[in-house]
Amino acid sequence: MSRLGLRLVALGYLALVLLAPLAMVFWRTFEHGLAPVWSSLSDPATVHAFKITLLLAAIAVPLNTIFGTVAGLAIVRGRFPGKGLLNAFIDLPLALSPVVVGLALYLLYGRSGWFGGWLTAHGYQVLFAWPAMALATVFVSVPFVAREVIPTLRELGEEQEQAARTLGASAWQTFRRITLPSIRWAVVYGVVLTTARCLGEYGAVAIVSGRIVGRSETVTLRVDASYQTFDPTGAYAVALVLAAIAVAVLVAMTLTKPKEQTA
Amino acid sequence: MPAASVTAGRLRASAGARRGTTRAALLPLGFVSSFLTVVVVLPIAALAWESKRQGADSFWRVVSGPEAVAALKLTLGAALVVSVLNAVLGTVTAWVLVRDAFRGQSLVNAVIDLPFALPTIVAGLTLIALYGPRSPVGIDIAFTRTAIVLALCFVTLPFVVRTVQPVMQELDAEMEEAARSLGASPLAVFRRIVFPNLLPGILSGVALALARAIGEIGAVVLISGNLPYRTEVSSVFVMNRIESGDAAGAAAVAVVLLCVSFALLLAIGGLRFLVTRHERV
Repeated sequence: MSRLGLRLVALGYLALVLLAPLAMVFWRTFEHGLAPVWSSLSDPATVHAFKITLLLAAIAVPLNTIFGTVAGLAIVRGRFPGKGLLNAFIDLPLALSPVVVGLALYLLYGRSGWFGGWLTAHGYQVLFAWPAMALATVFVSVPFVAREVIPTLRELGEEQEQAARTLGASAWQTFRRITLPSIRWAVVYGVVLTTARCLGEYGAVAIVSGRIVGRSETVTLRVDASYQTFDPTGAYAVALVLAAIAVAVLVAMTLTKPKEQTA
Repeated sequence: MPAASVTAGRLRASAGARRGTTRAALLPLGFVSSFLTVVVVLPIAALAWESKRQGADSFWRVVSGPEAVAALKLTLGAALVVSVLNAVLGTVTAWVLVRDAFRGQSLVNAVIDLPFALPTIVAGLTLIALYGPRSPVGIDIAFTRTAIVLALCFVTLPFVVRTVQPVMQELDAEMEEAARSLGASPLAVFRRIVFPNLLPGILSGVALALARAIGEIGAVVLISGNLPYRTEVSSVFVMNRIESGDAAGAAAVAVVLLCVSFALLLAIGGLRFLVTRHERV
């Protein structure tokens, strides 16, 4: 009886907060038929926004995959002073408002910022262009690969790596042949999370991009702009594409989630 | 000479290995710290420097201004409400996923992660679609504080579930059976046996949810209407300041948010230490 009650509470909460609203987006998108949906999605500004978002993900995901793997190895296997500080800075983007991230980059690369003056004098456009947007995207997605790799490496232990080293393998060979195959799925899971975060970033990118339509507008900014300019169908159509990507990400997460976390 | 320097190099390397830092470890360490410096540390330093440059007087003038105070109060209040909701409903959900058994349970388990996968602006838009001005169920909470709480519930839903779930899986059911066979009521079993074991997990999930709720903007920005003094949260306040050209005002409130984030990270670190204590023994 109480078991059934708790089940109803949990499932009811999920339905009210997550699933019913998501289902409504489908209905809202197609309530005026297919034509307006297609015209919003094929709008050059929307197409450009998708290209920008993909570019940002293509920059941030590989960088953070390499960083997260190396940082995970350094934190678990290395012995050096300041490890706690390193750990804290890797976690910071999880606890920090994306708006604060955006403002920090704005101050650093803006006209009166530390780097802004030099960059402007030499003709480099960082703020309100893709480089600052890429930096914002990299910042917010820093923790995900490292956070997946660290517990997996801890659980793995060092015996196999030490055996390989004793048998004469170089550090690189040990990593390539022993460590990497064992943490492969943790890295993949981290990559999936990183990708989702990069595609969905809004707050930080909103500030450093300047939101120039057809120039520095990402897909999430496009959804925002469409809704604010009284084009809800356009906003819902683009949002539906993002939701479909999110469902694909969810499937990928379920398939690649490291075993000790599902079980 | 070359042979001698190679030997010297080897000697130095092995001395390094004995000390614990090998030369091979220096290269990755250099990469990791310079990457973090460029990406994370320098921007944060620029923000801290900007608020120091303004001076304490102008900092306090902005932070204690009525609009900033209203925004900070609303943000903290909404985040606290959401944390309590998460602590209760997240624990119930984790219990249903671990101890209950029903068809489609693994699907429900997968759906929990949806807020991690869905862009936050889309989350906000989905809530407007159902609970906005044209709501098909007749519930219009757009531009109210309830809408802010709902949006924050959406984005923070997985945190408590995902920190409590593994602890609950490892919890020994025999303890509970023993208590029950000794005559403890179901409530007493939960209060005296289950809850104390789950508490560190619940708290670290709540801390993560709190940090997320305080900083959230994407899910909130569309449905809250951003009315100053009424439904404008701190992150939206910061964004509005920047867009109206007042970077100094934005920086002052952003520094407050930054300090809250650091404090919560410390708390999370401490809780993680408590949660994994038994694993390290």
